[in-house]
Amino acid sequence: MELYSLTIHELQEKIKNGDVSAMQITESVFSRINAVEERVHSYIRLMKEEALAAAAKADENIKKGDLQPLTGIPVALKDIVCTKGITTTCGSHILHNFVPPYNATVVEKLSAAGAVFVGKANMDEFAMGSSTETSYFGPTHNPWDLERIPGGSSGGSATAVAADECIASIGSDTGGSIRQPAALCGVVGMKPTYGRVSRFGLIAFASSLDQIGPFTKDVEDCAIMMNVLAGYDPKESTSVKTEVPDYRRFIGGDIKGWKVGIPKEYFVEGIDPEVAAAVQKAIAVVEKCGGKIVDITLPHTQYCLAVYYIIAPAEASSNLARYDGVKYGLRTADARDLMEMYTKTRRQGFGAEVKRRIMIGTYALSAGYYDAYYGKASQVRALIRRDFDEAFQQCDVILTPTTPTPAFKIGEKTDDPLQMYLSDIFTISTNLAGIPGISVPCGFTAAGLPIGVQFLAGHFEEGKLLQIASTYEKNAAIEKRRPTL
Amino acid sequence: MEGILKLTTQNVEYVAKLARLEVTNQEKEKFTAQLNDILLYIDKLNELDTTGVAPMSHAIAVTNAFREDKVAESLGTQRALANAPDARGEFFRVPKVID
Repeated sequence: MELYSLTIHELQEKIKNGDVSAMQITESVFSRINAVEERVHSYIRLMKEEALAAAAKADENIKKGDLQPLTGIPVALKDIVCTKGITTTCGSHILHNFVPPYNATVVEKLSAAGAVFVGKANMDEFAMGSSTETSYFGPTHNPWDLERIPGGSSGGSATAVAADECIASIGSDTGGSIRQPAALCGVVGMKPTYGRVSRFGLIAFASSLDQIGPFTKDVEDCAIMMNVLAGYDPKESTSVKTEVPDYRRFIGGDIKGWKVGIPKEYFVEGIDPEVAAAVQKAIAVVEKCGGKIVDITLPHTQYCLAVYYIIAPAEASSNLARYDGVKYGLRTADARDLMEMYTKTRRQGFGAEVKRRIMIGTYALSAGYYDAYYGKASQVRALIRRDFDEAFQQCDVILTPTTPTPAFKIGEKTDDPLQMYLSDIFTISTNLAGIPGISVPCGFTAAGLPIGVQFLAGHFEEGKLLQIASTYEKNAAIEKRRPTL
Repeated sequence: MEGILKLTTQNVEYVAKLARLEVTNQEKEKFTAQLNDILLYIDKLNELDTTGVAPMSHAIAVTNAFREDKVAESLGTQRALANAPDARGEFFRVPKVID
């Protein structure tokens, strides 16, 4: 068994027993990267030098008996979180040369917990996309089938874990950008409650929806990562001051008598039959574990995508106004005056999908249309949240498919934005309501593509998600298959 | 959103100007078609009667987040200017604003 293929908790055991050093683990991960990265393209930038230095430091600490929750564990960071002194591009030409003067809070926390940063993972430009095809640095390939997309926007973070190019990684989720790629790459991905993890240093896309979360190889590792990431941050005024439990204690907890809601709106036409079958099997496993299946309804589900495609672009058009060629990033070489510098810099710096969303958002917020679009969408958003509040009166957790289909082919949906947007149809409502969600592998298609099942819970109930997801994971006993690369 | 508004290339040009984006004629055509598709899809929200529904702008009900007014470490001019495409002294330099 190669070290790169192990989980955080397996490696921790080995470190604790003195069987391996942090340096051996980091070297193992980089040897794997050498072997597969050319085909997968998980990373925009590797941090080998920094990683080796961090591993050496971890080994010193281990010798002193100072073991932190992630000591010596190689972790990849989506290139949307700021890393002091390390170029952070957000997958965009406009930030291709941006070197942050500070670390995101999650980077500080992971670093304090002993993590070894492997590199900055590829992503859709400004996290706008569902396939990692909009990255200025080229697409990432799904390790299970290199001709297919890994999902997105945190595609590189998902493939880095799936292809063993790191042990765990960080992503961000605005409408499914952690859970959707986790499902399509056969790994675990969690979007925590809005406000659970500090967004300080996360390059903003849609500020009322964005949330940082982990990708891991199993649910226990997800709990380990959440223990490090969660918590109030005085630098981030939307992070919430509620107690953070020890998430590890939920692992393997029994779910006897739990009511598991199945929303009928998530099992409709258009869902791939193999995905539907795998999720039905997951429901049966949950029932076998003592979960009580209840039919619930989330009546406004069909409006989620429309609400999202007003609110997210509106917030994005405002957030991305800062890229003007003045303070950082790209500046066009040929501008005669200030206005021309703005318009040309932004034309050269942004890709088509980002421009499209800036245009939708600007239109939706423009004089005379604000009430009809943003106002209306914000009202329907309240109804969507009410749906969940009412559903959680009747059940402890909700179970749904994570995605309607397995991974699609690279290039298949690039010319049809609406079709692309539809791949997030089961994950978007979570962000609108601000609740947490987790995607866990639940099987494979006949062609060998991974399928994910999603669990949702009420605000700040990540513990419940980890409890049911870990119990499901153990009892489903999904074949421990790894992609052959 | 009463009825379906059909965007013209002139509308798209105007929105691009508001967004400080230079768009080519080809992009203008493409965006007009794609934005119309998206707006048509979004129009389904008008099926819903939302009279009296308070809009939700935030996922979690948080009130003002105050902190103590205390001097803390800040970036400083040099580091704040380090990424600037054109910095001079203590300033960001830009092309001329007025003739």
